Amino acid sequence: MDMITFSGPPSSGKTSIIMKTIESFIRREIKVGVVKFDCLFTDDDLFYQKLNIPVRKGLSGSLCPDHYFVSNIEEVLDWGKEQNLDILITESAGLCNRCSPYINDVKAVCVIDNLSGINTPKKIGPMLKSADIVVVTKGDIVSQAEREVFTMKIESVNPKATILHVNGLNGQGAYELSTIVYDDKHHIDSLEGKKLRYPMPAAVCSYCLGETRIGKKHQMGNIRKIDLGEKL
Amino acid sequence: MSLDLKKISIGDLIVKHPFVKDFFENQLVPYQGYETKTIYEFFSVIDYEVIEENAINEDLFISGLIDYIDLMNSYFVKEKETEIKITIYPGYYKDGTMEKFEKLEFHKGEVISIVGPTGSGKSRLLADIEWAANMDTPTKRKVLINGRALEPHERFSASNKLVAQLSQNMNFVMDLSVIEFLDLHATSRMVEDKDVIIEKIFIKANELAGEVFSKDTPITELSGGQSRALMIADTAILSSSPIILIDEIENAGIDRKKALDLLVKEDKIVLMSTHDPILALMGDRRIVINNGGIEKIIEVTKEERSILSELEELDKKLMSYRNKLRYGKILKYEEEL
Ligand SMILES: Nc1nc2c(ncn2[C@@H]2O[C@H](COP(=O)(O)OP(=O)(O)OP(=O)(O)O)[C@@H](O)[C@H]2O)c(=O)[nH]1
Ligand SMILES: Nc1ncnc2c1ncn2[C@@H]1O[C@H](COP(=O)(O)OP(=O)(O)O)[C@@H](O)[C@H]1O
Ligand SMILES: [Mg+2]
Ligand SMILES: [Mg+2]
Repeated sequence: MDMITFSGPPSSGKTSIIMKTIESFIRREIKVGVVKFDCLFTDDDLFYQKLNIPVRKGLSGSLCPDHYFVSNIEEVLDWGKEQNLDILITESAGLCNRCSPYINDVKAVCVIDNLSGINTPKKIGPMLKSADIVVVTKGDIVSQAEREVFTMKIESVNPKATILHVNGLNGQGAYELSTIVYDDKHHIDSLEGKKLRYPMPAAVCSYCLGETRIGKKHQMGNIRKIDLGEKL
Repeated sequence: MSLDLKKISIGDLIVKHPFVKDFFENQLVPYQGYETKTIYEFFSVIDYEVIEENAINEDLFISGLIDYIDLMNSYFVKEKETEIKITIYPGYYKDGTMEKFEKLEFHKGEVISIVGPTGSGKSRLLADIEWAANMDTPTKRKVLINGRALEPHERFSASNKLVAQLSQNMNFVMDLSVIEFLDLHATSRMVEDKDVIIEKIFIKANELAGEVFSKDTPITELSGGQSRALMIADTAILSSSPIILIDEIENAGIDRKKALDLLVKEDKIVLMSTHDPILALMGDRRIVINNGGIEKIIEVTKEERSILSELEELDKKLMSYRNKLRYGKILKYEEEL
């Protein structure tokens, strides 16, 4: 079984792209399953179910969804193997941009959309920087010129990635994506000992543990103070 | 590449390849003040906290930097293709039957229009050419450029230098002024004489638009016609791409004749999908699409050419009515006859 992680900011088009890519896998009789990770709520599983494929979702609730992802990914891999999948796809929540749930040796796709603003590539950080493939969506809404400018910004953040423009609505480019993300000779049988591409930010403070009160005396653990400049 | 990052200082690197500055900035690497150091020296002296804060990975950054320089330099090397030819091999209609032609070829200097009902597959044909389809699109067509299938990296490259495309949409979404936008786009296309070219685009776009806009206007505030005018001038002047694909330009609300004069140049292949009889007859040939497939290719006849002249007269008349109404005039029979 091969495994692919899809990541990207909220509403960038991850589910749309994955669905279109899966449709072209199904046509080639490749067996696919999806696990969606999110924080509080997601309907994405219902979309995937329409394709009649095995689907699971995991909600991290009060935990950081990407920390939750790493702590559960082995179980998810086992689930995929039980389902006899050829490809297991995970879709992340992509909330804070600082985390990237990418694992060495597991193909990493970052989905970002043309409407998200010219500085977004720079802001996203590791999630974009360390992806193998960058999928740019919503190109139907902008001109070729804007697509080129946006692409240039992505290249300057991740010059190694293959950048692909895929339309999440009509699927243009999804076939091409399906041919480059899946390699039938690449197998992930175990994640034991594999590493994340980037360390996730360390943030264990009292608020992580449920503290709600504001004020210095309630702050413990990993606390950093904002620099507002000199006092007047 | 004869570039030794162990020897060259960051400052010299930026002088040699100015675009490297963007790379440092977009990777959030604070090189300022360390210009005399090499990149390795920089990483050995920089505070670890800064590295962690900005989520920088030294190895990834350095290998990325090398890739980026190669990537950008590869854009400079213009493929000086003097010949340009498109070959299309048949695919399938939406119902799965095979297209009936053996192969189609388009050469430099040709203008080909594409007609057919809405939903019939005109935009799909343009997209097949843009992608250089290799039996991997819904139509299963195969498209060769200059007699060869493009390499994967040429196809997937977002800024395909062979094809310039004007699609059906006309909005801008980026938070940039007209001048900032043109500057970035010219940079991405690695043109020489950037400022001269930007000025040219700006003037042409204003001519096409009719209503004047300034260089400082945010592109998102341009009207539909102004946006479209800017896109057309930008495509026509900035891109040196030998293939131009135009999707239904008639809805742009600008002078389509002027726009086409600007876009259609002798040394290019122009394909345009259209519902407009004038544009359809302006091509040397027209492709008729039905139910997803190429049904016919028709050479424009002599008779059609003379009909075209009549249509153009009619169009002029329509335009003059439109302008009169626009400027508050009253229409009268005598004047027009
Ligand atoms: N115009 C246009 N809309 C798109 C495209 N791709 C996705 N969308 C729309 O964008 C919206 C969000 O798409 P999703 O696929 O749900 O995005 P997501 O990244 O999975 O969202 P979350 O999982 O909730 O973070 C939907 O309304 C899609 O129809 C595209 O290429 N063009
Ligand atoms: N030969 C074909 N086989 C399968 N689908 C096709 C074919 N040709 C076109 N389509 C699909 O039909 C839809 C409408 O085509 P489109 O090119 O947008 O039509 P038009 O531009 O003529 O209005 C698109 O989703 C397109 O991908
Ligand atoms: Mg989703
Ligand atoms: Mg169309």
